[in-house]
Amino acid sequence: MIQIAIFLVIGLALVGFAVGRGRATAFSVGRTAAAVRPHSRPNHHGAHVLLWTLVPALLLLLLSSALVPPLVNDAVLSSLPAAQRPQNPMDRAALLDEVRSIAAGESSGGFIAASNSLVPAYKVASAKFNGIATGLILLVAVIGGLFGFSRVRPDFRARTKVERLTMTVLLLASLIAILTTIGIVGSLLFESMRFFSMVSPLSFLFGTHWSPQASTGAAVDVTAFGAIPLFWGTVFIGAIIAMLVAIPFGLMSAIYLTQYADPRVRTWLKPTLELLAGVPTVVYGYFAALTIAPPLRDFAVSIGISSASSESALAAGLVMGVMIIPFVSSMADDSIAAVPQAMRDGSLAMGATPSETIKRVLVPAALPGIVGGVLLAVSRAIGETMIVVMAAGLAANLTLNPFASVTTVTTQIVQLMTGDTEFDSPKTLAAFALGLVLFLVTLALNIIALRVVKKYREAYD
Amino acid sequence: MTNTQDTSTLKMTARNVDIFYGDKQAIKNVSIDVSMEHVTAFIGPSGCGKSTFLRTLNRMNDTISSARVTGDIRLDGEDIYSSSMDVVQLRARVGMVFQKPNPFPKSIYENIAYGPRIHGLATGKSEMDQIVEKSLKRAGLWEEVKDRLQDSGTALSGGQQQRLCIARAIAVDPEVILMDEPSSALDPIATAKIEELIHELRGRYAIVIVTHNMQQAARVSQRTAFFHLGTLVEYGETSDIFTNPREEKTKDYITGRYG
Repeated sequence: MIQIAIFLVIGLALVGFAVGRGRATAFSVGRTAAAVRPHSRPNHHGAHVLLWTLVPALLLLLLSSALVPPLVNDAVLSSLPAAQRPQNPMDRAALLDEVRSIAAGESSGGFIAASNSLVPAYKVASAKFNGIATGLILLVAVIGGLFGFSRVRPDFRARTKVERLTMTVLLLASLIAILTTIGIVGSLLFESMRFFSMVSPLSFLFGTHWSPQASTGAAVDVTAFGAIPLFWGTVFIGAIIAMLVAIPFGLMSAIYLTQYADPRVRTWLKPTLELLAGVPTVVYGYFAALTIAPPLRDFAVSIGISSASSESALAAGLVMGVMIIPFVSSMADDSIAAVPQAMRDGSLAMGATPSETIKRVLVPAALPGIVGGVLLAVSRAIGETMIVVMAAGLAANLTLNPFASVTTVTTQIVQLMTGDTEFDSPKTLAAFALGLVLFLVTLALNIIALRVVKKYREAYD
Repeated sequence: MTNTQDTSTLKMTARNVDIFYGDKQAIKNVSIDVSMEHVTAFIGPSGCGKSTFLRTLNRMNDTISSARVTGDIRLDGEDIYSSSMDVVQLRARVGMVFQKPNPFPKSIYENIAYGPRIHGLATGKSEMDQIVEKSLKRAGLWEEVKDRLQDSGTALSGGQQQRLCIARAIAVDPEVILMDEPSSALDPIATAKIEELIHELRGRYAIVIVTHNMQQAARVSQRTAFFHLGTLVEYGETSDIFTNPREEKTKDYITGRYG
């Protein structure tokens, strides 16, 4: 019934648009010299009528979707004799759920004895309240439309009003990602607070022993939440090994592409490289775990490192570095290309070789942009999840040995949040604290990186 | 077309030079001589090819992949487009100053030291200090910047930046200095300083200057070449060109009929 109302309202709104527009068109068509010059175009008048039909009715629809179910529930429950009403809110909800699904034809019979007998009462109440809601919505749409239509006059400033609403919608669109982020931070903070009420922040941030899976049920070992091995693993893989791969190769590829590549080579090489940034990270994860890790382990064993594991920091870090190459390359490419041609000419005109020019003028001049790009790449690498989940392992080792298994913040979040989750145990809540730390670190990196890049852009403007 | 010749001091000679950008011919059959003791000015309306021709004298056109040069250009009798001529060495001998000042985003000191360092002209810090001081003095910038050599070169005023670029070119001890409209981005006072500087540098270096400002050509040069639509219309003593041009076209341009 409500669905029909929605379609009707939309239909009414379209009719309103056509009628409002038609009437407004008539102003200009038959206008005499003495008449008022219309302020807005016919389309604005049409849109104004359309909005008056649509918006109040849709707001009422939202309101009714919040109000109708409780009203129906109350009616259903009051049809039961007082003695049979479930006292427990959970039982009540379960009963009403069953009644609803039987009435909707989704299930044939309920587990709770009373539910079948309540179906007719539910249907009656539902029809009644939904009917009222539908009627009200249509009424509001018609009234709104008529009101909007009554304001279609040559001197009415429909355009101003329509444009103001359009602007509000545009503003909301731009705010939605920001508001969502604030919501996420809020929930992270809230759950982290609960975690920190059980485990002290100091022992979390500075402890070196991590084995949250050992705590089960009520027996909480608060010393098992030392996250240092995780932070180290994250830095080791994301900021050290991956960057050892990504920075030199990314930079060299950018230098080749901007300085040496034939335009024809550049036109296909650069998009191809950027295409690699779109490969799902789980694919890289497979590659790291199945193709890179085993030979690395064999190699380590052959050179006498017996502790080498088939899940190693090196395998994950190397592949992550390859994944980040396009990122670094693209940022470095932009920065080097943004160095004015005059710098390059100035250096070449003094008899510098192209390679001296690149090393001593172009790269130093582009350095802030390159550093910014690297910081963004680090922030991406430490937040990266799939590769490390698949290739880095789960053991929280505090080690410098790249052939050993280490674990990262993101891997542990996945571990803690999959399987049995108990939202009152520090084991699960630790994931939020880890998430909060990760969020804050990547946020800080991004802020620094963007400021560095911005400052550098201004240098040549 | 005649060439004003003084064979004993000829530094660069160009004979029958054609320059193409792709299919478009930018310079048609130009022959010109550049001598040691004269400042040579190239004048002509925009797009006449004077800058293009200047840039072939130290092969800066090599950086444009579609540019192609034919003909014969010699530095001290050596063909600069022959395979035995190394372009890096050529540019160390034939320096260039650009239209827009382009100091590197480094300190004033490092801007000057850049060239001597890559060419290995100084063996120690004190020797480098001397080169920097000498170059800045020759460019008339020393008094203004001697107390702030570590400041960024880009923080100087436009005129100072241009003199820094000239000092930078001098520092590698070139034989020829090419100047591509060196004062077109500067105010009159800074322009006057550059012109004064050109006077002082004359004799020590062969100087070729491209300018769209005819008064400037008259003030700073002893030889003037007038380019029009890619051809060299007239080349001779600056005083002759400005007071008694042989070609009608030159006269029209000089008197402001077009350009």
